[in-house]
Amino acid sequence: MNSRERILQAVKASQPEGAALPDLDALAAPRPVDLEGYRKVTESMGSRLLEIRQESEIPALVREYLPGIEQVVAVNPHWYGGDIPAGWQTGDGRQLQQADLAIVKAQLGVAENGALWITEQELQVRVLPFIAQHLAVVLAVEDLVPTMHHAYERIGDQHTGFGVFIAGPSKTADIEQSLVLGAHGAKSLTIFLKV
Amino acid sequence: MDTAIKDHASLAEQFNTDEPRVNWHDETLWWVRQKRDKIAWTIPEWETLRETASRIKHNVLGNLHQYLLEFEQQALKNGAVVHWAADAEEHNRIVLQLLQQQGVQRIVKSKSMLTEECHLNPYLAANGIEVVDTDLGERIVQLAKEPPSHIVLPCIHKKKEEIGDLFHEHLGTPAGNADPQFLTAAARAHLRKEFLQSRVAITGVNFAVAETGELVVCTNEGNADMGAHLADVHIACMGIEKIVPQRRHLGVFLRLLARSATGQPITTYSSHFRRPKPGQQLHIVLVDNGRSRQLGREDFRNSLKCIRCGACMNTCPVYRRSGGHSYHNAIAGPIGAILAPNLDIRQYADLPFASTLCGSCSNVCPVKIDIHQQLYKWRQVITQEGQAAASKTAGMQLVTAVLSRPGLYRLAGRAGRWVMRVAPGLVNNRFNPWYKQREMPPPPHSSFAAWYKKNRR
Repeated sequence: MNSRERILQAVKASQPEGAALPDLDALAAPRPVDLEGYRKVTESMGSRLLEIRQESEIPALVREYLPGIEQVVAVNPHWYGGDIPAGWQTGDGRQLQQADLAIVKAQLGVAENGALWITEQELQVRVLPFIAQHLAVVLAVEDLVPTMHHAYERIGDQHTGFGVFIAGPSKTADIEQSLVLGAHGAKSLTIFLKV
Repeated sequence: MDTAIKDHASLAEQFNTDEPRVNWHDETLWWVRQKRDKIAWTIPEWETLRETASRIKHNVLGNLHQYLLEFEQQALKNGAVVHWAADAEEHNRIVLQLLQQQGVQRIVKSKSMLTEECHLNPYLAANGIEVVDTDLGERIVQLAKEPPSHIVLPCIHKKKEEIGDLFHEHLGTPAGNADPQFLTAAARAHLRKEFLQSRVAITGVNFAVAETGELVVCTNEGNADMGAHLADVHIACMGIEKIVPQRRHLGVFLRLLARSATGQPITTYSSHFRRPKPGQQLHIVLVDNGRSRQLGREDFRNSLKCIRCGACMNTCPVYRRSGGHSYHNAIAGPIGAILAPNLDIRQYADLPFASTLCGSCSNVCPVKIDIHQQLYKWRQVITQEGQAAASKTAGMQLVTAVLSRPGLYRLAGRAGRWVMRVAPGLVNNRFNPWYKQREMPPPPHSSFAAWYKKNRR
């Protein structure tokens, strides 16, 4: 008998009587999106929230809030006026190590915790939002949902190879609980909230 | 700390020789506990969430066999390779084999308490493979050649000056610089090189979804993602209890995990790995290592519900004042003390006694594990199996002898009060463990029974 069979047999012999799964409907019941709360939580997570009417406002805002940015990778080339390195999608991800800023789109945002759901469809290269020095995410205000329960309702059985909730810049407090932004991933997160 | 001694009380005593440091450790962790409270109280349905999470995990324990099969089937469909390891040794062998197939000598690993439990790093080192831990806290303790002292905050016992010294020695930062911002930037530069060079990345797993075969890994730093997305081979190591039935159940756990752990609304990154990226291999190692045995112990199986948030440690008055290393186990604190005896009852017989049974751990647990009750039950099992410390057994026998004889009890009480009055030095000395770090109270003038007889109406 191999380990797989041994483990499965031991689990089967040991597991208690099965109990029913709890109902999640009440937690996922419709409720309003708390926009003010969303603003506060994104700030508390160390993100910058900028409201825009259209994506054409992005380049000027990038120059204003992220001075000194050189290489920009925008998954939609129309979002950024400057040069985007050709062929950034090709390679094992290491081709992006010089990226100063990545601009990507989120499928949805979660009002209660500031998390943005982004999948590899939007990213094209999985490592993009992590390897770039700074990250900017475009989110339409109508794609805000109240809680994680509503987020997973929306995600449903979407079949994506990789998806991630991103809720701020990369951070750590491992040294004496002092919060430092910019651990291994993006040092800053700018949310362009399209209203 | 002399880690050759494997006894909580002795190790805690060593930790307590530096009183200001103990106070600092205590206050730091209590501050994390307070952050947890503050954010939990902003969620009106917090208790519903805890109850729901506990019940989902209960369902998982009762259907684990089916869920494991379902998870395996889905993971295979996603293009992952699934390995099964009965124990730590087999887990380590599987990982080594995968690394040898790739011909690599140096790899990156994000936080995984399972690989700590299995002692993977020393095993790989003995086989000529160096593991670079990429979580900042884990990297720090790795450079210090120490194990993590906390499952979420691995170097919570270290002062920034000590970290500055370590970085000066190993990363070449200027001597005497202990600024957290500066040190983190130095670690970022150092570890970025490792990420870019590494062809294999090991990660832990927070949740594995039976319905979809996907793995969820939560970090604040982004180190799991930097490693896994840049590697040709991603090896994810998980205990078999990490399964959740469906994707939508993640909503419940992700709302609880970071709030309970550090008082954040959610971790910065909650990554869902389902299919390997084109050209990449994804290996999932499912590890039992005593979990199926614990599942069969009715009194202790709920410990398998744990989502490793560390809230029970942050709140524990014993953990905060004895430090994570005093538990001489990969997982410290109250949850470690109920998991460890299942692994080796002899080696960890001391841990369930390292508690005041105050119940604070159970009160903060996001999946409502009855931790303090399990601690109490382990004490009974350990004593019945003859594994309790000899001093405890002798003491209990003496107490039983006195308490079961009313005459002797009254005599002992009178003698005790008299001794404490006329010769307090006989009690207030270093041979009395109750005298350590505290003054003995003044003896009462009479027993409660005498007082009651006099004052009853």
